[in-house]
Amino acid sequence: MATTAAPATDTRVKNGDGTGRGGGDGAGVRRRHRLGDRIWPLGFALAAVLVFVLYQWILPQAPAGVSDFFQTWLPMSTINQCVIWATMAVGLNVVVGYAGLLDLGYVAFWAIGGYVAGWLMSGFFGQWQINFFGHPAPGQESGIHLSFWLVLPLAGLFCALWGVIIGAPTLRLKSDYLALVTLGFGEIIPEVFKNGENINGFNLSNGVKGITPLDPISTGPFAYLGVPEELGPFDETWKFVIYVLIATFAVFVSLRIREGRLGRAWLAIREDELAASMMGVPLMRTKLAAYAVGAFIGGIGGVAYASAVGGVAAEDFAFSSSIILLAMVVLGGMGNVWGVMLGALVLQWINSNGLAKAGEAINQAVGKDLNFPSYNFLVFGAILILMMLFRREGLLPETRTRQVLREPDRGGAEPADAELEGERR
Amino acid sequence: MTDTRDADTRDADTTDTDTPAPLAMSASGITIRFGGLVAIGNVDFTIPERGIVSLIGPNGAGKTTFFNVLTGLYRPSNGRVLLGSKDVTGMSPHKVASLGLARTFQNIRLFNLMTAEENVLVGMHSRMRSGIVRTVLRTPGQRREEREGREFARELLEFVGIGAVAQELSRNLSYGDQRRLEVARALALRPRVLLLDEPTAGMNPQESARFVEFVHRVRDERGVSILLIEHDMSVVMRVSERVTVLDRGEKIAEGPPEEIKSDERVIEAYLGKTGTHGYGEDE
Ligand SMILES: Nc1ncnc2c1ncn2[C@@H]1O[C@H](COP(=O)(O)OP(=O)(O)O)[C@@H](O)[C@H]1O
Ligand SMILES: [Mg+2]
Repeated sequence: MATTAAPATDTRVKNGDGTGRGGGDGAGVRRRHRLGDRIWPLGFALAAVLVFVLYQWILPQAPAGVSDFFQTWLPMSTINQCVIWATMAVGLNVVVGYAGLLDLGYVAFWAIGGYVAGWLMSGFFGQWQINFFGHPAPGQESGIHLSFWLVLPLAGLFCALWGVIIGAPTLRLKSDYLALVTLGFGEIIPEVFKNGENINGFNLSNGVKGITPLDPISTGPFAYLGVPEELGPFDETWKFVIYVLIATFAVFVSLRIREGRLGRAWLAIREDELAASMMGVPLMRTKLAAYAVGAFIGGIGGVAYASAVGGVAAEDFAFSSSIILLAMVVLGGMGNVWGVMLGALVLQWINSNGLAKAGEAINQAVGKDLNFPSYNFLVFGAILILMMLFRREGLLPETRTRQVLREPDRGGAEPADAELEGERR
Repeated sequence: MTDTRDADTRDADTTDTDTPAPLAMSASGITIRFGGLVAIGNVDFTIPERGIVSLIGPNGAGKTTFFNVLTGLYRPSNGRVLLGSKDVTGMSPHKVASLGLARTFQNIRLFNLMTAEENVLVGMHSRMRSGIVRTVLRTPGQRREEREGREFARELLEFVGIGAVAQELSRNLSYGDQRRLEVARALALRPRVLLLDEPTAGMNPQESARFVEFVHRVRDERGVSILLIEHDMSVVMRVSERVTVLDRGEKIAEGPPEEIKSDERVIEAYLGKTGTHGYGEDE
């Protein structure tokens, strides 16, 4: 049982996904990791600042050709959509990437979050008149008008509650069945909203018409710093700042939890559920926590989405959205928030703008009239297949996963491992 | 430690409160069926406080199944399991574990993509308190808990002799180190009882010999009671204060190692199975 010499330092794993650990390694190793760990958060912050400065101050003054180019290929509304989808993907990553639970109905939380925003930030419930730091449009004073900043946590908590409600009876199921139940949940919730205009005389969701318009976002004390007091449909660059903050919150929360007791328990369950339970990890509670955290982030993402498009409509929340989010997580690199962010930004750009514009450009060049956006899922499918063939671990995988998937098979070198695989279900 | 005496007296009545020697764990009348197969039939078993006892028997005798009953993975069709004086029959595994029962696995089951240190930290899960909010805010209490957890993990890794590889992924450890890590992870529960399922499987004779010392050290320095399933007879004879023999789910003998060695039924059980595996090589 001789202790083996430590293999090269690059097989060491960083704590969580990116932040350094204060452990007792050599200082040199630690510093190198620290730098590597900071590249992604720094890059993300820098990119956000650049985008804001560019769209807020530079492009309005730029020559028409330049601003047209950006308007065509990367309009602000697209960027906002990308950031919101990225938030949502980071939330799904908690469930799928961290805890290893396949969720095919994540769009349900997005829908619930969106409707919470619809209920609490519009004139929809005209029978009541409640205003708490809200900013109702003139003439729309009836209804419930809460501050956007209050609606965010409320929607998050409401979704977390729903996560627990559907998780409690279903998380006991084996993963395949769990996937089916989540799929059903993702289908049912939007249907409830679609048909919820008359529930015993109570209008819950306004049916297919949806709830619109939403109150503008109030900026509170920042109004003194030159930010508009209210952010309406046309203040997209300012809204961008808010969506970036929300995405940052989602990333921050996932990274912090990942590094602690709960995150380790998630990872342990993902690795070996039975062994985890024998080490004192309560499986149900731990999985429910993953559901709740994922749902919370989905909920705030839903509020952000509703505020970006100015309302909620049931048909926005389709099964395909759950699948796209899953694709973002897989493409980016399951388990690593930065990879998931990257995957989401890229895919959502293709989805909302990139494919359409590229299609137009190609149509012009070859003189055809193909409807490129309708091939959206073909492109997604192709990307996923290519990824699985050539880069299974995703664009930017978790350090620990990268090792396994990149390593050549160790063949029969480890009989114990082979035996182990046989033993597991 | 006292050995056979308490086992004999206990057979009569398990609810008896004035047990002669303190017991870390006791199981009485355990029966478990898989469909028609009786995997364990009416087995009584005790682990004395700070004792080292072993469970042996031919392959398929039901040893691992018995472990799985003790740890709460299987609910026995009949019988009761007490940890200390607490009835843990039918409790879920994580509950039993947090009440002080830790185990290792016959086929190593580490969390492969976690470092050795993280593996041990998972074992501390039930002793740590920080929830979501405190973790996100990194409150001083949470940071202290993490720091102390890591210190204890280091201590345990040093204790089992793999402190140098604390930051390695457990899948990259050598086979022997993985076995040691499993023990460290189990000890992280600060258990009262430690169950070792064929811990020397895959070890060469020198490693096995060192393992015997190691088991004694674990008992003496960590204050745990140990039950091991073992197929290597030389290890069994040197390490155990008492040996229990299972055959086809039945307890066929129990007593000090020397007695077991010359027990007719035991020899028969093993010899009757020549060819199944390398058992009896020591006899
Ligand atoms: N989950 C199970 N379902 C059905 N049969 C099982 C199960 N687990 C073990 N058995 C059977 O119970 C018997 C005892 O197995 P086991 O406890 O693994 O033996 P040992 O550890 O002594 O080699 C074997 O016949 C085995 O096939
Ligand atoms: Mg066994």
